[in-house]
Amino acid sequence: MAVNNIWVFSQANDDEATTASLELLTKARSLGGTVSAFVAGVAGGAAAQLADHGAAKIYETGDLAGALPGAAVSAAMQAVIDGGDVPDLIMFPQNYEGRDVLSRLSVKLDRTVLTNSTDVTVDGDSVTVQTPIFGGSKLVNSTFTGVAPFLAAFRPKSFEAAGGAGAAGELASAPIPDLGSTGGATITSVHVEETSGPKLDEAAVVVSGGRGLGEADKFDMVESLAKLLKGAPGASRAIVDAGWVPYSYQVGQTGKVVKPTVYVAAGISGATQHMVGMKGAKNIIAINKDKEAPIFGVADLGIVGDVHKVMPALIAALEARG
Amino acid sequence: MNVIVCVKQIPDPALPGELDPSTNTLKRDGKLILDESDSYGVEMALQLVNTAGEGSVTLVSMAPNDEVSGLRTALAMGAAKAVLVSDPVLAGADALTTAKVLAGAVGKAGDYDLIIAGTESSDGYTGTVPEQMAEVLGLPSVGFAKTIAVDGSTVRVDRQTEAGYDEVSCSLPAVVSVTAGVVEPRYPSFKGIMAAKSKPVETVTAADLGVESVSWAQSISSVEDAPAREAGEIIEDDGETFNKIVEFLDNLKVI
Repeated sequence: MAVNNIWVFSQANDDEATTASLELLTKARSLGGTVSAFVAGVAGGAAAQLADHGAAKIYETGDLAGALPGAAVSAAMQAVIDGGDVPDLIMFPQNYEGRDVLSRLSVKLDRTVLTNSTDVTVDGDSVTVQTPIFGGSKLVNSTFTGVAPFLAAFRPKSFEAAGGAGAAGELASAPIPDLGSTGGATITSVHVEETSGPKLDEAAVVVSGGRGLGEADKFDMVESLAKLLKGAPGASRAIVDAGWVPYSYQVGQTGKVVKPTVYVAAGISGATQHMVGMKGAKNIIAINKDKEAPIFGVADLGIVGDVHKVMPALIAALEARG
Repeated sequence: MNVIVCVKQIPDPALPGELDPSTNTLKRDGKLILDESDSYGVEMALQLVNTAGEGSVTLVSMAPNDEVSGLRTALAMGAAKAVLVSDPVLAGADALTTAKVLAGAVGKAGDYDLIIAGTESSDGYTGTVPEQMAEVLGLPSVGFAKTIAVDGSTVRVDRQTEAGYDEVSCSLPAVVSVTAGVVEPRYPSFKGIMAAKSKPVETVTAADLGVESVSWAQSISSVEDAPAREAGEIIEDDGETFNKIVEFLDNLKVI
């Protein structure tokens, strides 16, 4: 058997496919064979985009009606597989929903999972994924040894999304079966935490703060600098855990992956957990008082100094330029 | 209100991680400590039991050796007892096997209303075990909880999302995975540490739990060094280095 049937777990908001879906579809089509998008919800206007990025077939579960995707979408996937369309590989984005669906499906199909990957290669019927560990300093190549479907999750921005595939995008219904006892969770209301300025994972400039800021109030410096550079503020896990800023600011393994043109790390030592989320930045500026801090190992410009002195001086200089 | 908390004992994250050269899996043979990200789940469970005014917190954990020092930390915080699955055949187990084993251990832990787990460990961070466990047990689940409140036979959870958070209502029993930072884990008191020494820890093997297939369908084919970034310019601040940053940004045309 070769790998000739790949599914991509896909999502759409307001008729717009998520970037993660398009990245994975693009990679899937480069591996050859037939690519299907499996949409959690309704594809709507996103169907054309999914087809343009490689989806020959688009499965839709229909409106989730408040159900959490984990139990619901995995059950819909299993029903299609039981019906005879058995993929060789199912690619998931490493996000909240992708991870939940992947987990449930792995038990339903009794298949292992490989997560946090950044690349995939196919050689005959063998599928190998690459996963960075130890803050991205080492890359582990893991090969699936069992029987397909193989299940893997990939970190955002691992692949470039590119359209122009001109695939058929034939719609097919994949309804959610009765979930029994696993369907007990329902979303009762949705809250969007508004942020001004560009989105953290799309911004060209990201300014992040860490424990070295000393106290929560000092995060103002990070926000001021981000605003001056028309960028987005971010944070290390340490200060998110400490409750200084919301989780949505977190850059790293558990947070967002960013690949901006410029990343400024202020008072961040560069723990493994953080580095995984920002190492892909084109240019990295680090300000930290400890010259042994790991962040200096990846910095293009490193200032060994006190953030409380360097940041205000930098902000004042940029304000003076107008 | 009886709460089960899944905890992991991990190598101290402050020490550099190492791979076992023969298996290419993470070395876990040294002293293991309670994964800090699990201390939030323990704290949340203790608070829920306290609010309910009755019940207790039971820990379930898996380790390839008989290590209990991390469990003692959670017992010292206030958990009543622990079930530890300790079996050399589980060394290097994948997440699915881990979930099956922990689900088996839950069966040894007595009656429960709620199972709490961290969203992912700080060493392996596969991040799938809580949801996999829920599926094995046939339970509903809510991931990435920022807050948990129990109201009769329902648990209300604020669940982290990309854009903000969702309020979720879920029937009990259920599995809820928690993110760090929403509760402040207590430090074990001296009294707690002393009491923890005599709290029961039941040690069982995979076979005791009826988990027979302990193999996993993945193998590490190779480990390579990631391409290193070119060394940058590192300078000591003399009060004027902000100018270097301005110049750097200027060259990149971002200002």
